[in-house]
Amino acid sequence: MSIESIIDIALLVFLGITAFAILKLRALFAVVMLSSVFSLVSAGLLVHLDAVDVAFTEAAVGAGISTVLMLATLALTSRREKAPTRSQALPLIVVFLTGLALVYGTLDMPRFGDPSAPVHDHVAPKYINDTESEIGIPNIVTAVLTTYRGFDTLGEVTVIFTAGIGVLLLLAAFIREPSGLRVQTMDHHLVLRVVTKVLIGPILLFGLYVQFHGEYGPGGGFQAGIIFAAAFIIYALVFGLDNARRAVPGAAVRVLVACGVLLYGGVGFVSFLFGENYLNYSVLGASQVAGQHLGILLVEFGVGLTVAAVMVSTFYAFAGQNPPISDEDW
Amino acid sequence: MSALIIDAVSWALLASGSFLVVVGALGLIRMPDFYTRMHAAGITDTLGADLILAGLMVQAGFSLVTIKLLLIGAFLFFTLPTSTHAIASAALTAGLKPRVIEDAAAGNGSTAPKEDG
Repeated sequence: MSIESIIDIALLVFLGITAFAILKLRALFAVVMLSSVFSLVSAGLLVHLDAVDVAFTEAAVGAGISTVLMLATLALTSRREKAPTRSQALPLIVVFLTGLALVYGTLDMPRFGDPSAPVHDHVAPKYINDTESEIGIPNIVTAVLTTYRGFDTLGEVTVIFTAGIGVLLLLAAFIREPSGLRVQTMDHHLVLRVVTKVLIGPILLFGLYVQFHGEYGPGGGFQAGIIFAAAFIIYALVFGLDNARRAVPGAAVRVLVACGVLLYGGVGFVSFLFGENYLNYSVLGASQVAGQHLGILLVEFGVGLTVAAVMVSTFYAFAGQNPPISDEDW
Repeated sequence: MSALIIDAVSWALLASGSFLVVVGALGLIRMPDFYTRMHAAGITDTLGADLILAGLMVQAGFSLVTIKLLLIGAFLFFTLPTSTHAIASAALTAGLKPRVIEDAAAGNGSTAPKEDG
């Protein structure tokens, strides 16, 4: 057995154990932490499968920001899951049968790494062969994401936009706007404050690197948006929500949520005005490659803007419902 | 010859880093209460991770990869002790008392943790 398959099997076993522990535990805090572990292990698995862009997103979204959001939710509810009141025989049978059907389905799938698998002789060869000449960027994933499949990505950004709007609408009645009177400083937490101050700058810088280097390495708007949002959320966690709102007002973030989608759609509209198809960036620059570069840069920026703004405003909406943690509680 | 030295140095760093991480994991399972567990994991983690990164840096040589590993190491150097500190102080604030051995003669608790689980 090769070392590759040993690593795969070990990681998959970890995933299985984590999933089983999540099922069995009733302490929700531990469940949130384990789901973060689950995401991190699957990110490792994806790295091992050479899908670094996906792994990056999984690590940032699954292990990072959604853990913070789930913890914020947990603060609003109980820390323990209620024991089920009804018999679980029927759900168990349904899950078991579904699992069997899924396993049966995989029997028809091509072998892992099979070069003649349908996925390898449909459009993938064209993407791999033509990205260099048509788009001129080394990261094929970014080329597929923004150019060849630009519509799908526009759809994804719109989904994030819509989900963000939905969360804000659900929680809007309870959002506590900043009063401007209470100033929270957590003087007791000197270590946290100092380290946070040291780290926020590099985190934002790394976010910018991921954002504008996405054509050349793993990364792009989705990951960068999450990293950017994480910097603001860590600031809000340590320095208090009111201070964070003073730095980045909630109203401004809510405007930015729409701006990102507008930028993405607007780039497509501009290519309309040049007499080309929607989201065909080739007409934006002097040459086709220059146009593609500009288009990808703008579109990725739109993605990053919306993702970061949705994350920050969702966090504001959740955290705004908790009573502020006073200095004495620490 | 120099390749051999590089390999030896990096293996030594990787092995000692891995050893520390394993010791930390062992302590996490074997230690009797929350604070001693934090003590076991928190202290070994930082040096273990940084030693592993140093071993990888030796392998990478003078390249962009080394710079990136250096940045990751610096990040971990700041965040791991801070997170340990934050968790421990949160537990203390939440009212979790460290386990102490009752000193029968003096009638008050000493700070030594209990040895047996």
